[in-house]
Amino acid sequence: MNMNKYLARIKDSKLLWPLAIIGLVLLFDLFFVPGFFHLEIKDGRLFGSLVDILNRGAPLMLISLGMTLVIATGGIDISVGPVAAIAGAMAAFLIGGESFTNTPLPLVIVLSLLAAALCGVWNGLLVSRAGIQPIVATLILFYAGRGIAQMITQGQILTIYYRPFYYVGGGHLLGLPFSIFLVALVFIALKLLLRRTAIGMFIESVGINSSSSFYSGVDEKNIKLLAYTICSLCAGVAGLVLMSNIKGADANNTGLLIELDAILAVVIGGTLLTGGRVSLLGSLLGALIIQGLTTSMYSFGVPPTVVYVAKAGVVFAISLLQSAKFREAITRPFVSKRKVAK
Amino acid sequence: MKLKMLIRRKYLPITITVSLFIATYLLAALKYPGLLTPQVLFYLLIDNSFILISAIGMTFVILTGGIDLSVGPMIAFTAMISAWLVEVLYISPLATIPIVLLVGILFGAIIGSMIQFFNVPPFIATLAGFFFARGMCFIISVDAIRINHPFYKAASSFQIRLPGNSFVSISVVVALLVVVLGIYLAHYTNFGRTVYAIGGNESSATLMGLPVPRVKVLVYTFNGFCSALAGVVYSIYMLSAHGWYAQGMELDVIASVVIGGTPLTGGVGYVFGTLFGVLIQGLIQTIIIFDGNLNTWWTKIVIGLLTLVFILLQRLLSTRGRTQVISSARKAPADSASPAAAD
Repeated sequence: MNMNKYLARIKDSKLLWPLAIIGLVLLFDLFFVPGFFHLEIKDGRLFGSLVDILNRGAPLMLISLGMTLVIATGGIDISVGPVAAIAGAMAAFLIGGESFTNTPLPLVIVLSLLAAALCGVWNGLLVSRAGIQPIVATLILFYAGRGIAQMITQGQILTIYYRPFYYVGGGHLLGLPFSIFLVALVFIALKLLLRRTAIGMFIESVGINSSSSFYSGVDEKNIKLLAYTICSLCAGVAGLVLMSNIKGADANNTGLLIELDAILAVVIGGTLLTGGRVSLLGSLLGALIIQGLTTSMYSFGVPPTVVYVAKAGVVFAISLLQSAKFREAITRPFVSKRKVAK
Repeated sequence: MKLKMLIRRKYLPITITVSLFIATYLLAALKYPGLLTPQVLFYLLIDNSFILISAIGMTFVILTGGIDLSVGPMIAFTAMISAWLVEVLYISPLATIPIVLLVGILFGAIIGSMIQFFNVPPFIATLAGFFFARGMCFIISVDAIRINHPFYKAASSFQIRLPGNSFVSISVVVALLVVVLGIYLAHYTNFGRTVYAIGGNESSATLMGLPVPRVKVLVYTFNGFCSALAGVVYSIYMLSAHGWYAQGMELDVIASVVIGGTPLTGGVGYVFGTLFGVLIQGLIQTIIIFDGNLNTWWTKIVIGLLTLVFILLQRLLSTRGRTQVISSARKAPADSASPAAAD
């Protein structure tokens, strides 16, 4: 009885399918990619494909976490890639192209994140105050954002020679990549914000019905504003990590198409696009699936561009698995047989 | 009588779009008199014919309350197939074009079925299509393929002479035919009425006995056809194909539809408005080219800002019209349009 209850809980869990897919990806690696699970410690640091997935996936995980909040309010933010580029460009501009920094590092980080947050406030104001549909409102920054980033870098790819900044994306703490700790930090902060304050409930209520939330006394406009600001802030952190990884600011290519991956990660993780549900852990798993798949394909020796087709297959499979109608259609033959047997 | 009809709320967004286009054109013409040459207007159509074709299909999708992100990659994909069939397999263009259109129809039908029969959100189903089409481009060829076939070259350089020493390309004729087809489908057929009904309220449309599943799959199929046709026109326009072509074009197409007065919530809008949505986007680009001294980054920022201005103006003018109509009724919640999610 107790066992059945437990099984039912597992079956109904939103995290079941993402976990199953991760399992599948890892199973594939186990058989087809030799040495995928090999971990070794060099100079007190952990190396291996698994660590690599976590490290490379950090920007996507960061953006997916922020995107979860926006999608939970029933919105969407397609400007996260350009916002990441703006934050990266801002940091590169403030540091300058020397082996020393023109601005103290803490100030660099604060100012670039502030720039990203401003983008979020802009998106949030357009959605909540001007009442523009989220996809259209964020489309504006999607167009203009890379232009702004280019303006900051004056159309050039700024290379960074200031070594301490490399730590953000390439540093190690306790033997693990520093970016993993960044993700953990953002995750815990958001989890506390959502579950230890009323904001999580407000976000979900706005996502379920914006008007009725307003009439129930929820400040729906500021809740939306907050969600978009946090989303852009996360994109800003991701932008710093991305930029630190390539040791430079590339206004055109930083975070290219990452908005689609992030939305995908959130949906794979079980947050509905219609809003009203928050699953931060699900989004993290979703991002890990996408990165795990990409890394596995690369180690398997597939050209980078073909990964798109594999991604399409995964989206196809997951969206069908999450569809109640599809599950009913494939389980019906088994269910009816069992009934007949009884 | 005419004026009264124009002011009617129903026609307000489309009136705003058309007047915005004319006003922008005239204002810009004051500064750059060169814009007044008729050929400039025809170039708007020539350079945006593929966006226009794709936007007509997208209008139907958005009218049902859906969205299709896969059109940009689809255009690249179909252009790639055309180039590959013609240049690598030496298949006649007369066979290639129908094959490519069939691929588009099939692609659209599959996506439509996923959305209709398995309740996959349009955003996600078409995202799968997005990745699939982009990936397939590179599976066919990683490098660009040049199209040297005489048929494509002739189609590309053929000019239809118009009075006033101007011309249009064949692609413009194709695009305008698609617009006419779109207007016919939307406003003079049962299919079109069902599309509007689905966008208004899918459950009531089903309860009214309308063939909702069939029409929804057909809408995505028609969109697949339109993006394949746009891909054919694009391959003729570019005379080459590459996997990264038409990058971000899906957003240009969606923005054109929205600026053309069809909100993403569905159920409202006109195919005719989409024509002007595309023209406004083209006009913005043309003005920036005429100005000539804007940096690449300013181009992007100005396009973003002008898009904002258009959306804000449209929203401002159309809400004012709406509040006048229902001013006697109780105050409506201010955010009636904002909870609309992407799908």
